[in-house]
Amino acid sequence: MQRMTNLHKRAEIIQAIRMFFNTQGFLEVETPYLLPANAPEEYIDPICFDSYSLQTSPELCMKRLLCKGYDKIFQISHCWRKAERGSKHLPEFTMLEWYRANADYQDLINDCKNLLQYLEPHRSTKSEINFHTEFNQMTVRNVYKKYASKTMEDAVEDGTFDELMAVEIEPSLPSGVPFILYDYPAEKAALAKLKHSDPTVGERFELYLGGLEIANGFSELNNPDEQRERFIAANKVRSRLGSTIAPLPEKFLNELGSMQPSAGIALGIDRLVMLATGSKTIDEVVTFTPEEL
Amino acid sequence: MYSVADLKKGLKITLDGAPYLVIAFDFVKPGKGQALYRTKMRNMINGTILDRTYRSGETFEPASLEERQMEYLYKEGNHYTLMDQQTYEQVIMEEEAMGDAKNYLLENMKVDVLLYGEKAIGITLPNFVNVRVIQTDPWAKGDTSGNDSKPATIETGYVLRVPPFIEENELITIDTRTGEYSTRVKG
Repeated sequence: MQRMTNLHKRAEIIQAIRMFFNTQGFLEVETPYLLPANAPEEYIDPICFDSYSLQTSPELCMKRLLCKGYDKIFQISHCWRKAERGSKHLPEFTMLEWYRANADYQDLINDCKNLLQYLEPHRSTKSEINFHTEFNQMTVRNVYKKYASKTMEDAVEDGTFDELMAVEIEPSLPSGVPFILYDYPAEKAALAKLKHSDPTVGERFELYLGGLEIANGFSELNNPDEQRERFIAANKVRSRLGSTIAPLPEKFLNELGSMQPSAGIALGIDRLVMLATGSKTIDEVVTFTPEEL
Repeated sequence: MYSVADLKKGLKITLDGAPYLVIAFDFVKPGKGQALYRTKMRNMINGTILDRTYRSGETFEPASLEERQMEYLYKEGNHYTLMDQQTYEQVIMEEEAMGDAKNYLLENMKVDVLLYGEKAIGITLPNFVNVRVIQTDPWAKGDTSGNDSKPATIETGYVLRVPPFIEENELITIDTRTGEYSTRVKG
């Protein structure tokens, strides 16, 4: 019966999220799930049919809407990532994404604070994470200094950045309060704008709640040539790993030059519901897991 | 050959020449980062627990394990000799691998032996075995101390608690999964 209670909570939270964005003047949009090309990412595998693939994130279509002049948009949609299954992963999951024109990642951090505060009354008594308190913030460089056995630069260099993040850092993050990790190494910020005062990092941040990665946002890169180079670089890594090579999203690249300086963020709804209901696994907050189908 | 995608609880793999049982498993992945497969494994020979983290693309050899029906013949020092019921081949098993089974193992008992290659690494006894009590104190009639059990030594040397009415030389049934007294064998 706990699962039914969780699903009621889930519906309540999703409704509250819609309310939050509506009152902030955001337009809810629906973009197609079936795409001729996703953004090539080193370690995200799309599920493909014929010459199409299911979206791994709605970001390309949402950014194309920014290019067309929409300035505040949000979407709650399903995303698919092949072979991602664990206690906190589903190969089909629900993502909230929102984008703001004429904004940067600091504006999104503010949105996160306001959204969590708005959702605080919908948190179940079983949940141990207070959405209402002050956020902790730390740069990725400093968080490596504090919690990891290597510096951020060394970890990027020898390819252990992700491993140290998952094994050493995430478990050490304070669990009771929201935590913002920001300024990721440029190599780990494929669609983000580099920081003007320190181009070795990108204007990307992640929101952690209870040591769990909840959202990833950045100041959007809007230089089409640089974006093309980064896609090609990602495909090179994919080829080295023996992963499928993704076609480039040409229409997106053609339009990107007309995008205002913008910021966008993706937030995992299932994980947010996990935390709001005090659930230990993602299985407890969805109607059916893949194994139950 | 297994890939990381095959990892799950209960999978048996070979690692550094020893068989391991996966006892806990989780998939972790920083959103944009590389997938990691965190496992906890138990060495099936000595019980050591190991934490290992794997990445996509890594592969494992399955542990070639086989269970065979055997008859227990005799013990010499720390070695137990068993015989395959079909091939009549004899296998020696170390006391360490025997675990608690040695407490209830009687000559000519039919058992299941788990082999890793040629090596016997585990044994499964029938759930219930009949053994003879060789020593236990008589039941003091009128004992009102409230004790509802007393110690008894069985023919393997193992000591367990039995009800007060059990006498020396009686046959009792032991549950080999718990090592506890089950019933008295009438006869």
